[in-house]
Amino acid sequence: MKKRDPDLLLFPAPLLQQGMTTPKAMRDVLYALLPATLASLWFFGLSAVLILGTCIFGAVLAEWLFADRRARSESLRDASGVLTGVLLGLTLPPGLPMWMAFLGGFVAISLGKVIWGGLGHNLFNPALLGRAFLLATFPIAMTTWVPTTGDSGFFSIYPGNLALPFMQVQIDGVTSATPLGMMKFEQVVTPLSELAFGNVSGSLGETSGLLLLLGGIYLWMRRDLDWRIPVSIVLTVIIFSAALGLFNAERFPTPLFSVFSGGLLLGAIYMATDPVTSPVTPKGAWIFGIGVGVLVMLIRVFGGLPEGVMYAILLMNAATPLIDRYTQPTVFGRGDKSS
Amino acid sequence: MKETESYEEFIKGVWRDNPVFVQVLGMCPMLAVTNSAVNAIAMGMATLFVLVGSSFLVSSFRNWIPKQVRISCFIIIIATFVTIADYTLLALVPKVHKELGAFIPLIVANCLILGRQEAFASRYPTRLAVMDALGMASGFMLALLSLGAVREILGDGALFGVKLFGENFEPWVIMILPPGGFLTLGVILLFFNWFKLKKDEFLQEVAEAERSES
Repeated sequence: MKKRDPDLLLFPAPLLQQGMTTPKAMRDVLYALLPATLASLWFFGLSAVLILGTCIFGAVLAEWLFADRRARSESLRDASGVLTGVLLGLTLPPGLPMWMAFLGGFVAISLGKVIWGGLGHNLFNPALLGRAFLLATFPIAMTTWVPTTGDSGFFSIYPGNLALPFMQVQIDGVTSATPLGMMKFEQVVTPLSELAFGNVSGSLGETSGLLLLLGGIYLWMRRDLDWRIPVSIVLTVIIFSAALGLFNAERFPTPLFSVFSGGLLLGAIYMATDPVTSPVTPKGAWIFGIGVGVLVMLIRVFGGLPEGVMYAILLMNAATPLIDRYTQPTVFGRGDKSS
Repeated sequence: MKETESYEEFIKGVWRDNPVFVQVLGMCPMLAVTNSAVNAIAMGMATLFVLVGSSFLVSSFRNWIPKQVRISCFIIIIATFVTIADYTLLALVPKVHKELGAFIPLIVANCLILGRQEAFASRYPTRLAVMDALGMASGFMLALLSLGAVREILGDGALFGVKLFGENFEPWVIMILPPGGFLTLGVILLFFNWFKLKKDEFLQEVAEAERSES
């Protein structure tokens, strides 16, 4: 390729450009996920590296395999495949076999993105779609939670990680319920300090609420995310659980427990705000966020599952085109309601 | 001449106009009963019997069936064969019959069968109609079997009930469930279309090369 003449650049309008491009936005989200990712390494040791690595590998491989030959390097450069891999990896249990993580990453990109026509055309969040596929395919492995490695050191690997492809996890190690599982099935409440800092069992990236918030604030300052969505999700959850607490304070979780437990912050900040699968209009963003919040609480409190963030976001993703359609602002001077 | 003609009618149904992969007909049994290879075979055999039998009858009577009521005549003929297939399966393999359940009576409503009567059997002589029915039914069975085999291997680690991967196999639960049917069928259709695209591209290149030579 010849280098283009720098003096002769012909553009159609718009001639003023904002610095924000897709690769930059993707990279920003990756930076914002850094604290939570490092925390997952801290809590779960080398297993976190293995799971995240195989997820990214699966996602990028699918992206490379299905991309048009000419657009191959282009579609890899915007880092969206890597981002999907990281986001998916952060929602997986640390003791998951690596081959399942690879499959999840591959399905996330191929079924979640490429098949719809690539970046910007997908209806559902690819990472969550990959997780939904894994949960439907391997329900036992996906809900087997292991405790944090704690003192046993960084280099210990959960035995499940190394299961051979197509083979089962040998469940011999210690398992422990997530805070939400304990709340739902055993009525044991985990103290808030542990939830905020993350020394609890759960999927890789959901354990430390404060670090996730930190990344969210970074994204908000970089204007990469629509603040209305996470704020409305969190507010809805707080109000909903406070209202439930009025009826029976012992049976239902406290508002702060609801916010900091499970994947709520991870989902609200990084997944619900995916610009492709969430509404563009401000009013739509509020509706979307409130919908996610209500669904999360309905599934958690009244449904059969301990955690409902994934399905809540996927369901609202499906409603996004409709929300966008009904919240279009009317052009000034044409908003005649009688017509 | 006649031999090649009937051979054409047969091979057309198996490959070029495959009822499932190309015409996308008969999706209901396709997605519903293909969770194991045995079920797929049983369904395929039942469909083959019904399709060949009714094509033969419809083609034999094609000059006596009044145009205005032809659809109901076809349906009565098809229903006769479906009833025979239903009772035969119940008598021979009750276990499979139970698993296929309502989908055997529903063969009546399989648009593949009615479609062949309307489009082919009612217009062509008996021999061609039977060859066409055999081809279409074989194509249908091929599709059922490929779907059933993939779903059984991944969802159960087995093929025709024989374990392939030993005891520690982790079943892909989704493959036994309806979404697995949709996913597998989608992937197969994807490959069929991709293959067709590549073939067309290749043929076009050949044609262009020939043109430039001449």
